[in-house]
Amino acid sequence: MATKTQEGTKTVQAKEPATARNIALPIYLDYQATTPTDPRVVEAMLPYFTTKFGNPHSRNHSFGWEAEEGVETARAQIAALVGANDKEIIFTSGATESNNLAIKGVGRFYKDRRNEIVTVVTEHKCVLDACRHLEEEGFKVTYLAVKQNGLVDLDHLRQAVTDKTALVSVMAVNNEIGVVQPLKEIAAIAHEKGAFFHTDAAQAAGKIPLDVEDMHIDLMSISAHKMYGPKGIGALYVRRKPRVRLHALIHGGGQERGMRSGTLPVPLIVGFGRAAEIAKNEMAKDNERIRRLSDRLFNGINKQLKDVVLNGDREARFPGNLNLSFSYVEGESLMMGIRDIAVSSGSACTSASLEPSYVLRALGVEEEMAHTSIRFGIGRMTTEAEIDYAIETIVKHVKKLREMSPLWEMVQEGIDLKSIQWSDH
Amino acid sequence: MAYGEKLIDHYENPRNIGAMDKHATDVGTGLVGAPACGDVMKLQIKVSAEGIIEDAKFKTFGCGSAIASSSLVTEWVKGKTLDEAESIKNTQIAQHLALPPVKIHCSVLAEDAIKAAIADYRKKSGKPGAAHVNAEPAKVAAE
Repeated sequence: MATKTQEGTKTVQAKEPATARNIALPIYLDYQATTPTDPRVVEAMLPYFTTKFGNPHSRNHSFGWEAEEGVETARAQIAALVGANDKEIIFTSGATESNNLAIKGVGRFYKDRRNEIVTVVTEHKCVLDACRHLEEEGFKVTYLAVKQNGLVDLDHLRQAVTDKTALVSVMAVNNEIGVVQPLKEIAAIAHEKGAFFHTDAAQAAGKIPLDVEDMHIDLMSISAHKMYGPKGIGALYVRRKPRVRLHALIHGGGQERGMRSGTLPVPLIVGFGRAAEIAKNEMAKDNERIRRLSDRLFNGINKQLKDVVLNGDREARFPGNLNLSFSYVEGESLMMGIRDIAVSSGSACTSASLEPSYVLRALGVEEEMAHTSIRFGIGRMTTEAEIDYAIETIVKHVKKLREMSPLWEMVQEGIDLKSIQWSDH
Repeated sequence: MAYGEKLIDHYENPRNIGAMDKHATDVGTGLVGAPACGDVMKLQIKVSAEGIIEDAKFKTFGCGSAIASSSLVTEWVKGKTLDEAESIKNTQIAQHLALPPVKIHCSVLAEDAIKAAIADYRKKSGKPGAAHVNAEPAKVAAE
């Protein structure tokens, strides 16, 4: 096992440099679900709970001004991360609210002229559900299929967008498989027909370079807790030139230019801003590490196991997301075996519904393979020693479970599983 | 999902993993479930001339509950007559392992696997039993 010390970066490490035998368990490899709040972020937030506690909308005293200054600094930090103007950043409770505001807000505002929405089947549930809601209000929604690599087929997109399309919504980085969609090309297609382009960048902001000007993005959803910030805060970028207009979902005091009323949660916003600042400054360094750890995990597993399949495009991906199918081993039983490694599964059995992941199914991954998939999320705090421990543990348990898998046995005997008439249950 | 101790014990230390010669006349094989559903159980029994289950082996593709359910039934059927083994109910399995509601189908599958193995044995040995058999084993086409 590697006993090499950690690379000499100044990245904040949650754990001390450690060998594979000296690491804190359980290991967190579920960075798409959420990320730990960076200690530097927490530090920035603390004064805003106690001494700088004012309401940023109080105009008559220094408590309010101080809080407002915190908010506006954060707004600028977030705008800088994505190449936006401060005034184009609207704070929300998170990416789910941002996606709802973008889709329903824009849809409803332009409904008289344009009542069509184009999105993709592999979007996050909150995008799909917001779209379904608009269908009930009379919108026509097109849910585009994806190619086998998880990417949008631009020709299909071009056919789907019409001069009645109000909004094209395509996520930047997929939460389950990590593929990166060609945002600039998608924006161009939307704009040819005068539609706005929205992207759910919850998994992308702070992870891959994003520039709303260069990519011609009109609306973008961002979440703080996916980028080492606190939970409960997010933002929607709303372009001002040319201006995107939308109907608010939450009405009240008219904060956030009337697009989102409610007193701003100052500590969360300050933390979000600091997280954005750190992400911008350290993105290149973080990504270089994450790519190296991701390759180490992928190669380490593949050297010792056959029939492991990477889901989603090999190149167009955020390397911090590795979604692997371990053929002939059911995902939840593997998760039970590797209990001290926190991961997610595309298998049905982990959720209340017994359906395997709709994202994997959309890629044409067969159901039996979808049941064998595990998502590994690598992030800023992941260490080499943790990756080595994960490789060792995964290989051991996959081998053990394959030894007890009737499917593995049949395949080793040369039986084609498709030739068997399986019973229903 | 939090699991009970017995379930985790069967998952971590599964009893009677393995395979027997499926062509032997004293061996009955039951293969139930489907890969697309995320569960496949193969249960085999070896039956003595007196009609007693002498040995049982299993292999399972499925979640921890499916593995534990099949491991448990291999223990239970050993030493039983075919009729006794056939009377094992999924509810007994579910209760013993404290399966959560969403995992009850795993115990149903284990019950089906026993029945399928017994049916296969009876068919091969030409000794139909008294009890009715309602689970058909999956057909292995390529052999």
